[in-house]
Amino acid sequence: METSIWRPILFLVGIMAFAGVNAAWLGWCERKGAGHIQRRIGPKEVGPYGLWQPLADGIKLMTKQLLVPQGVDGILFRVAPVLMMIPAITSMVAIPFSEGLQARAIDLSVLLIFALASIGMMAILLGGWASNNKYSLISAARSVSQNIAYEIPMLITVITIVMVSGSMNMEEIAKDQMGGFWHWNIFRVENGTFLYMWISFLIFFICSVAETNRAPFDMAEAESELVAGHMTEYSSMGFGLFMMGEYLNIVVGACLTTVLFLGGWDCPLGLLPGVWWFLLKIYILIFSFIWIRWTYPRTQIYKLLNLSWKVLIPFSLVNLLVTAVFLKVF
Amino acid sequence: MQTLFCQPAGGPSLFSAEGFVGLVFLITVGLIIAGAVVATTSRRLVRCVAGLALAFTGVAGLYYFLLSPFVAMMQMLIYVGAVSILIAFAIMMADPEDHTGRGRTGALASPIGAAVGAFLFVALAYLGVKTEWQAFPRQGTGDMEAVGKAFLTTYSLVFELISIVLLLAIIGALVLARRGRSRA
Repeated sequence: METSIWRPILFLVGIMAFAGVNAAWLGWCERKGAGHIQRRIGPKEVGPYGLWQPLADGIKLMTKQLLVPQGVDGILFRVAPVLMMIPAITSMVAIPFSEGLQARAIDLSVLLIFALASIGMMAILLGGWASNNKYSLISAARSVSQNIAYEIPMLITVITIVMVSGSMNMEEIAKDQMGGFWHWNIFRVENGTFLYMWISFLIFFICSVAETNRAPFDMAEAESELVAGHMTEYSSMGFGLFMMGEYLNIVVGACLTTVLFLGGWDCPLGLLPGVWWFLLKIYILIFSFIWIRWTYPRTQIYKLLNLSWKVLIPFSLVNLLVTAVFLKVF
Repeated sequence: MQTLFCQPAGGPSLFSAEGFVGLVFLITVGLIIAGAVVATTSRRLVRCVAGLALAFTGVAGLYYFLLSPFVAMMQMLIYVGAVSILIAFAIMMADPEDHTGRGRTGALASPIGAAVGAFLFVALAYLGVKTEWQAFPRQGTGDMEAVGKAFLTTYSLVFELISIVLLLAIIGALVLARRGRSRA
């Protein structure tokens, strides 16, 4: 391991910059995407193609007053937005962007990301409760039941990946898939048997959409029913931090999907593997998140929970069993 | 990394690696104590749960210092991510905000409580300081493979028993939920 002090400092700056740029400009991407999907133009006034819109939004949010309404739980109300950002940025420490481009080569990096992701849920719960607002409380309860429901199939699917790759180290899982798209976990062939890993991919993708509270599963901030859910009482940068945390969670989810299923930094045709392929893949995934959000209508909370408990969990368990049988028998 | 934790240096400077690790250790211990104090003294139950989660996070840090990152992460995933959140969820659903009274308190309750607490603190502190702690040799690597193998060989009976307990808990929860539904 390198002993130089510069490596952690460079990674710290790099990760903060990556997180900041993504948190700011994914909002722009979302608004542009939404606009074009709805036959509008989207932001266009600030800068070319509205590209400086995030800066204008940032200045607006930071110059506004941070209102703390009467009757809220002061400490938890202030802590919750920060608690939303911390795990999202911290989990980027474990993500291998390319060979050797990983801030800390942790042996259990997959587990670390899931452990940190569960703190983000705590943030929504505390923020929603501390707001002392019925809409916020309903939103917190919904998001907790939703997150618990979808974490189970997600983790079961991750176990199939761990079984196939034989490691919980994200860098090793990615290295295991080098050399063209037919080596990727999603098209995995083990001992001449096609493993149908795309089923796992589908379950994992649905769960990551639900885990990041994105439409069609955005029951936590269903605007038509709950005003803005857990963010109702937040103004200025408190609201801004929740939004940025949401986008960073999407980035982390896309990185995780890329490493676990889509070969990490590997080129589909085996040419010039590197960080550019990784970024290309995560942005395609993020675009599909935006695409899904503005294409499908919101579901209901009951249907959402039924989908997880009655469809995804049985499917993922059967998938786990079948994969184990394929790995051991054939 | 291993030598870093196991060899206590005599008063390292804050800016050396050992000093920094010591600082992180103190922060971890501080998290546990602060979390425990919040969890026991707060009047609002959700705050208590937040303190509990803070203490669990600190305990996860201690596991990491004991060179067992797997247990540390499971602590985060299960205790912070699931147990605390489920407790908070149950509290929010039951909404016990009205019952914030202090319960039965007599005139003697606080002096006796303080005396017992002080006695316990002094006794435990005396034990902790006076005992000659022996460094326990490290067993296994503490990684996932070793834990898994131990579960399915040496401790398989315990593992199965815990599974049965969890199964019973699930069935019990289902029975209770079913009963509630038929009454409604």
